[in-house]
Amino acid sequence: MKLTVNGTVHEVDVEPEMPILWVLRDELGITGVKYGCGIAQCGACTVHLNGEAVRSCQIWAEGAEGAEITTIEGLGTPDALHAVQAAWIEHQVAQCGYCQSGQIMQAAAFLAENTAPSDADIDDALSGNLCRCGTYPRIRAAVKTAAKTLRGEI
Amino acid sequence: MSRIRTIARRSFIFGSVAIAGGVAFGAYMLRKPHDNPLEDGLAAGEATFNPWVKISGDTITLITPHTDLGQGATSMQAALIAEEMDLDFGQFVTDFGPPSAAYYNTAIAEDGAPFLTTDDSLTATLTRGAMGSAIKLLGMQLTGGSSSVPDSFDKLRQAGAIARETLKLAAAQETGLDARVLKTQSGAVVLPDGTRLAYTDLAARAAMVEPVQDVTLRPPSEWRLIGKPMQRLDIVSKSTGTLTYGIDLKLDGMVHAAVKLNPRRAPMNGFDGSAAKDMRGVLRILPVTNGVAVIADNTWRAFQAVDAVDCDWGAASYPAEMDGHWGEIEASFTPERLDKEWRHEGDVPAALDAGETIEAEYRAPYLAHQPLEPLSAIVTVTEASVEVWVAHQMPRFLQAEVAKITGHSADQVILHNQYAGGSFGHRLEFENVKLATEIANQMRGTPVKLTFSREQDFAQDFGRHIGAARGRGVVRDGRVEALDLHIASTSASRSQMGRIGQSLPGADAQIPAGAWNAPYALSNFRVTAYAVPELAPASSWRSVGASSGGFYMESFLDELIHAAGADPMAERLRLCNYDLARKALEAVAEMSDWGRALGPNEGRGVAMVESFGVPVAEVVDVTATQDGIRIDKVYVAAEVGKIVDPVNFENHVQGAVVWALGHAMNCELTYSDGMADQRNFDTHTGMRLYQCPEILVRGLENGPKVRGIGEPPVPPAAPALANAIFAATGQRPREMPFDKFVDFI
Repeated sequence: MKLTVNGTVHEVDVEPEMPILWVLRDELGITGVKYGCGIAQCGACTVHLNGEAVRSCQIWAEGAEGAEITTIEGLGTPDALHAVQAAWIEHQVAQCGYCQSGQIMQAAAFLAENTAPSDADIDDALSGNLCRCGTYPRIRAAVKTAAKTLRGEI
Repeated sequence: MSRIRTIARRSFIFGSVAIAGGVAFGAYMLRKPHDNPLEDGLAAGEATFNPWVKISGDTITLITPHTDLGQGATSMQAALIAEEMDLDFGQFVTDFGPPSAAYYNTAIAEDGAPFLTTDDSLTATLTRGAMGSAIKLLGMQLTGGSSSVPDSFDKLRQAGAIARETLKLAAAQETGLDARVLKTQSGAVVLPDGTRLAYTDLAARAAMVEPVQDVTLRPPSEWRLIGKPMQRLDIVSKSTGTLTYGIDLKLDGMVHAAVKLNPRRAPMNGFDGSAAKDMRGVLRILPVTNGVAVIADNTWRAFQAVDAVDCDWGAASYPAEMDGHWGEIEASFTPERLDKEWRHEGDVPAALDAGETIEAEYRAPYLAHQPLEPLSAIVTVTEASVEVWVAHQMPRFLQAEVAKITGHSADQVILHNQYAGGSFGHRLEFENVKLATEIANQMRGTPVKLTFSREQDFAQDFGRHIGAARGRGVVRDGRVEALDLHIASTSASRSQMGRIGQSLPGADAQIPAGAWNAPYALSNFRVTAYAVPELAPASSWRSVGASSGGFYMESFLDELIHAAGADPMAERLRLCNYDLARKALEAVAEMSDWGRALGPNEGRGVAMVESFGVPVAEVVDVTATQDGIRIDKVYVAAEVGKIVDPVNFENHVQGAVVWALGHAMNCELTYSDGMADQRNFDTHTGMRLYQCPEILVRGLENGPKVRGIGEPPVPPAAPALANAIFAATGQRPREMPFDKFVDFI
């Protein structure tokens, strides 16, 4: 089976129903994507599938064949940050940080569609991502900053 | 004394010692956290093994032994050392260091002593000192109890100052100049002519220098880092997916294990693994304590296979249903189960007899910790050693627990501590490490990574204690005249210590925490604690006893104030007899514009709880909408003496409020047939982003002692919310979670 992750094609020998979360983490060693709940309740495993934010714990390997999978590692790097990551750093959102890959991937996909979100839009887009440390006030602020950057205002 | 030696775990290190190509500094003369005559005459060399700074020819390493659970402990510790050493962020690396008695916690005893924060009597002082000495003698390295900042604040600055002055001495010897004309700046000693000698270039000579012990700490006016916004050292890696947590680690030849454990936390009668053994990737199926493990070539395959194992579970030692748990608690308000009468001022029985009593009962449920990183551990057992990769808050106890299983000595257990994806008390426990060790011990030579599924993690979580409180009170002439609070609770401390073969001496101060130490001067005030025999096993949950005690106390006080017809803020201010707490109340009253006209269906509540020596006052604003209660705004004022990093401080306080409100809204752990009903975040939800109020934070620095902030903002949030719901709806939720009584948006 062939999976395209962050622009690279990987040949993997896995069960068709293995969630791509585990293909990424255990077979390909891509660990920015996190296991949190396994039932699409926390969003820690959020990746982009053809640009759309999805819960990788719910996507079977066979369902991702032929698609472009993007993980946080493919969104941006410490040397070449995505606008959302830069905003996350500027606002120092993270505490434990375990949910933040998923939060950032969710925000990046959302802002790609809506660069002028209202507060209600942000609440709707990001309420599926759980943060046990409670960094929500900073997530909201960082999303607004990232939106400004993406609009070219910063 | 030989100057050339290597740093061995648990070896005494005198001052600075040479290491391979460099030098390590130990803080010799630790400033005592409190003067304690009992400590006089203890071995003078004891505090000399404190290696926090290592310098080689090319790297400066700062050791940050307090575990980073997400609270920013690594950055905080590094900043304190760097402040005195004149290092900038970016000029050093950090390392968690090995488990060591050298890293004993100087501050944890402060809150454990059963005295009011305001009690400076000889007995209180001596007891705190004696407890501190015991912890020092035990070498108790522990992260928890909001103690990382109090433990580190003086000690690590001292370690940095010793390093700085010793490097200056080395530079003086190198140049023939007088050390007094030398300065330090940005990782270098600066000569009068401006020449810079990098610390790393001075390392070899510094290793041969008798370290300077008599150092002066910088006055606050010269602080470059402390009190100013910092960029956390882990913020870039946590924003780019590049920080490796324990659950992310991979070792060569590593296998993946999953477990299925008796959800009744009792032995397994037997199991049938026939459906699992031929599943793809399955390597072995092994019985472990209270359950079974599957070892496979991939985490998901191990999860799938262990699910397919059929297990026969033994019965729980605690009641199978919640009625049994609550029944035991209700039956515990008796003289036989009296743990301690913690406070009695005035004459409570007489005051209750003299007036019409107001009575109420409150309940606090079991709660799960469930940080977002599920428990995991990697263990490799060989004849010579046991290596463990895991984030843990009690490194030396971990060594002992592992050694018991494998038969090694504790010294042979090598812990590679990790950044934790949250804890909230969860990583004070040992089950993941013990189970991974049991498995690895049966597969010696092979690294075994055990990962808990979320469902196993929930089912095996040693949750928050469960308890109830009965309040009786009298009001007269618009004032609260008498408050009598009886608290019956299981003991998280006893449960927790029992699992590592320890016992708790005396009464459990966590049962009445947040209530008995309420900084109020009531004419008649009594707080009595009753110990409920262990039910479901419990453990420390963020803010521990005060998470329930503060709710009982501040809810019932609010009821009495309401009955008296007084203003909740004004009456608390009138009763408050602790200057630092009153200032927190005054601050939150000012921030929230207490007394402003409220809109229709709006309500606001206030609560003030002191925990871990930190008084925190909070005001919660809610609106009762047609769809339920909406939490609009929260105002927090917290007294910590000194804020190390205002950015992290605010984030941490906001997070603690979200934590507390979320659990008070909608979380509990309940048991049916002896098994936890909640197994994932769909049934133990917490707060979601759309529910998060605006949270305004003010840190106060009026007090003489530097305190921690991880837990203290938790306890006032639930009662402030309950009081706000009452103000908005007339309905007073007396049992958590409040969604038993009201809907939330």
